[in-house]
Amino acid sequence: MITRDLVIIGGGPAGMAAAISAHENGVRDILLLERDQYLGGILNQCVHTGFGLEYFKEVLTGPEYAGRFIKKLSAVPAIEVSLKSFCVSLTREKEITYIRPGALERIRAKALVMATGCREKTREMTHIAGTRPAGIFSAGLAQKLINIEGLLPGREIVISGSGDIGLIMARRFLLEGAKVNAVIEIQSTTRGLLRNVVQCVEDFEIPVYYNHRISRIRGRDRVEAVDVVKVDEKFNDVKGSDFRISCDTVLISVGLIPENELIEMAGGMPIDGIFQCGNSLRVYDIVDSVSKDSAETGRAAAEYLKNA
Amino acid sequence: MLKKITCIECPLGCPLSVEMEDCRVIRVSGNKCPKGIIYASSEAENPARFLTSVISSRGLSLKMIPVRTDKPIPKSSLAEAMKEIKRLTINRPVKTGDIIVNDFMREGINLIATRDCV
Ligand SMILES: Cc1cc2nc3c(=O)[nH]c(=O)nc-3n(C[C@H](O)[C@H](O)[C@H](O)COP(=O)(O)OP(=O)(O)OC[C@H]3O[C@@H](n4cnc5c(N)ncnc54)[C@H](O)[C@@H]3O)c2cc1C
Ligand code: SF4
Repeated sequence: MITRDLVIIGGGPAGMAAAISAHENGVRDILLLERDQYLGGILNQCVHTGFGLEYFKEVLTGPEYAGRFIKKLSAVPAIEVSLKSFCVSLTREKEITYIRPGALERIRAKALVMATGCREKTREMTHIAGTRPAGIFSAGLAQKLINIEGLLPGREIVISGSGDIGLIMARRFLLEGAKVNAVIEIQSTTRGLLRNVVQCVEDFEIPVYYNHRISRIRGRDRVEAVDVVKVDEKFNDVKGSDFRISCDTVLISVGLIPENELIEMAGGMPIDGIFQCGNSLRVYDIVDSVSKDSAETGRAAAEYLKNA
Repeated sequence: MLKKITCIECPLGCPLSVEMEDCRVIRVSGNKCPKGIIYASSEAENPARFLTSVISSRGLSLKMIPVRTDKPIPKSSLAEAMKEIKRLTINRPVKTGDIIVNDFMREGINLIATRDCV
């Protein structure tokens, strides 16, 4: 089995920053594995502005922010990037199995950086009663469909949850010509950044119902409406406050959780020589902090290799 | 007249109090940095936003190419600008920053690509 000095799993902003910094700190054999066919991670679908203000002192979109790191990384020959490479298993001895087109590879790493990002919570969907018709999407999936695939997955939208992705998608759908009938938030304030409330929903006079929840999704084959109910401070339904909003699509935007299946497979942290960064460590609001912190992780991995 | 707005120039989202007289801003408070004052003036007098979207491509590696205006455009012209964007297709490779439409919404504002595409 081939042994590499440093293997990084995930080519989003976290993995890229860790790779560049590890190289700057003396590591000369780096393999970056990314399952997608492009580097950049989630940033590629975040076509809105709001990135880079701290790191680059400029207003950038997600792809522009990612592009700067891709350029920097490509200029370093010691960093080998393997795209379409999906890691499927990991052991405590840092043996990695990954699939790439036409091959199943097994390698060992002296040090490993996990930068696999996060995934959207969907658990809370199961608390919503009613049928399971077509037309229910997580907000991030809808973002991918519109911005990467060029598909508009609905015409009349209700969004459950006021996290940043949900707010950004409210504006995105509206600009694409769909109607956004409501954002429903069970808390009394937004979970997202205030600036997104202003420029994504207030700008377009999209109604936001705080202290409300979707109690039922209606529709047989396709979503036809949602029932909405007011909740009190203890999140109990207020009797008789229900009303119905028609829609053909429900977006669920209820938060993100770190993606850590591989670490769990290896028996959980801590593992000697394995480092985590970016959204797979904790969910970040701002990518600039991901880049900054992940550079520290890259440096720590380089230190580890020096002492190994 | 006193107007309450939220600064959207950075993630801090400072709550701004804007004192207006005859549609002009005379005093701003609540801002944690000077950008808040500039934002308050433009927001009160002529609100503008960056427009970001995607344009479909023909014969290129990406199906959709992300684009944005290189300066904020008046909020009131966002819908019109989107209509224009929907009419466009891109059929030649682009680099980040390339101008897709020159003088897109007049006033010297261009529509630029935000991702490389071959
Ligand atoms: C919808 C959305 C909107 C956002 N908006 C903003 C904003 O306006 N401003 C801002 O500053 N921040 C924003 N953020 C936050 C910021 O984008 C993230 O914090 C940042 O992208 C996290 O970087 P990451 O590298 O940890 O994760 P990701 O970007 O998710 O990258 C993880 C990478 O790992 C790869 N991967 C995962 N598992 C495997 C595996 N098993 N094998 C191989 N590869 C794997 C994935 O394909 C992906 O490329 C937003 C985030 C989201 C989701
Ligand atoms: S005033 Fe300055 S610190 Fe406050 S939100 Fe605006 S840009 Fe950010």
